[in-house]
Amino acid sequence: MGMPFFRPGDDPGPSFVDLLDRTGHTPLTVDPAGHVDAGHATTVLAIRFADGVVMAGDRRATSGHLISHRAIEKVFPADRHSGVAIAGAAGPAVQMVRLFQVQLEHYEKVEGQTLSLEGKGNQLAQLIRGNLPAAMQGLAVIPLFAGYDTHRGAGRLFQFDITGGRYEERDHAATGSGSLHASTVVKLGFTRDMDAEAAIVLALRALWHAADEDSATGGPDPIRGIYPVVATITAEGFQKLPDSEVAGHFAGIEAELRDQEA
Amino acid sequence: MAMPGFYVSPEQAIQDKADYARKGIARGRALVAMRFDAGLVLVAENKSSTLRKISEIYDRIAFGAVGRYNEFEQLRIAGVRHADQKGFVYSREDVDARSLANQYAQIVGQVFTHELKPMEVELLVVEVGHTPDRDRLFHILYDGTVADEKSVAAVGGDAEAIRSRLADAYEDDLDLGAALRLGASALAGPERTLTCDDLEAAVLDREGRRRAFRRLSDEEVSEMLGE
Repeated sequence: MGMPFFRPGDDPGPSFVDLLDRTGHTPLTVDPAGHVDAGHATTVLAIRFADGVVMAGDRRATSGHLISHRAIEKVFPADRHSGVAIAGAAGPAVQMVRLFQVQLEHYEKVEGQTLSLEGKGNQLAQLIRGNLPAAMQGLAVIPLFAGYDTHRGAGRLFQFDITGGRYEERDHAATGSGSLHASTVVKLGFTRDMDAEAAIVLALRALWHAADEDSATGGPDPIRGIYPVVATITAEGFQKLPDSEVAGHFAGIEAELRDQEA
Repeated sequence: MAMPGFYVSPEQAIQDKADYARKGIARGRALVAMRFDAGLVLVAENKSSTLRKISEIYDRIAFGAVGRYNEFEQLRIAGVRHADQKGFVYSREDVDARSLANQYAQIVGQVFTHELKPMEVELLVVEVGHTPDRDRLFHILYDGTVADEKSVAAVGGDAEAIRSRLADAYEDDLDLGAALRLGASALAGPERTLTCDDLEAAVLDREGRRRAFRRLSDEEVSEMLGE
């Protein structure tokens, strides 16, 4: 692989995607003939709280009625101050996240400064739009994007549609097959002045209810020690919660549910 | 009959180009890199706080350059592109300083031999290993010569004198402050003193985050210099 050089005026600039195009790598062009039914099942969500955003996602991947993976991750850091959570066909989704991560870091290194949060959201929207032909054939990817806006000093979150439409949400957002149930739980429990702890518990409660109603969303699995991925994004950056902490929160939720059933 | 004014011997042509490149490089200020107890540190004499001589290429690789800004900036960006692309197509751990240094040497050497004007640049490509014996410091000259260094490296106009000042006072396991002071005094020489306004510095941390590169702020540099 040679070192790429371009003439002025013919230069891809800080875009890694354009660079790949120019050097003959086209990472997202999947053009399968016919329709592929890839798994779309998931629940991922993001909730804004006083100091930032919490993102959470279940761990299950399905293939038809079968569980294909119990422990895949759907919440990733995009860069230091933002995260992306994926729903949709797993293969293209993971590839899109990888590309998105490099795109943000590449821009930062070439330009010597990070993109604005809005700029990052628009970059992701373009990747989703680029995936539209594959999405039409069943390989849709519909992520959530959230981050800490260092200019505004606040958490922000964005939802997308299959065509790359980008919609900023004020308080919370969810996507995936269990998102209806999760959203309802979040909506009922949400307050504007929540701290990180309250937002994390609300996110986990929402995931629990989504898993309870949607067969394609995985719940906590204490036998195997598999718990949803939860991360906070604040001025300190993207921080994933350790499993032990998530397990602790679930123990609290479990006790509460037992009381309800008793 | 000879054709005076048209024929230039290859020896002379190469010599002229080398002189030209050396002169260009000597006009600018130098840059040093060395190992300290927690990684590698790069220190450059640079009065500008926006036009950088030291920058991040990849997770554990940094780039330092002296000479003509537009030329080394173009090389820096090419290096970032090469590294990001290689890491994306293969894996992050497959990106290494040696291959990057070789690519730079190819390009700089190619320009030196085939183009009318050589590049007036000297580069350092450094990589922090997980252990000190895996550290890499590569030095690339204007004609494409590559050299690898053990613990200290210097590029720029007065590089040889700076390098010997650095090597004479260097010890293993300096802390960051001591390494920075050594770098500053080696760059300054016996007759000058450099302050934080004259310096640009960055480290590659051996332990910690995936992206090991970290710029030192003016406050940090000033404090370490005891200003």
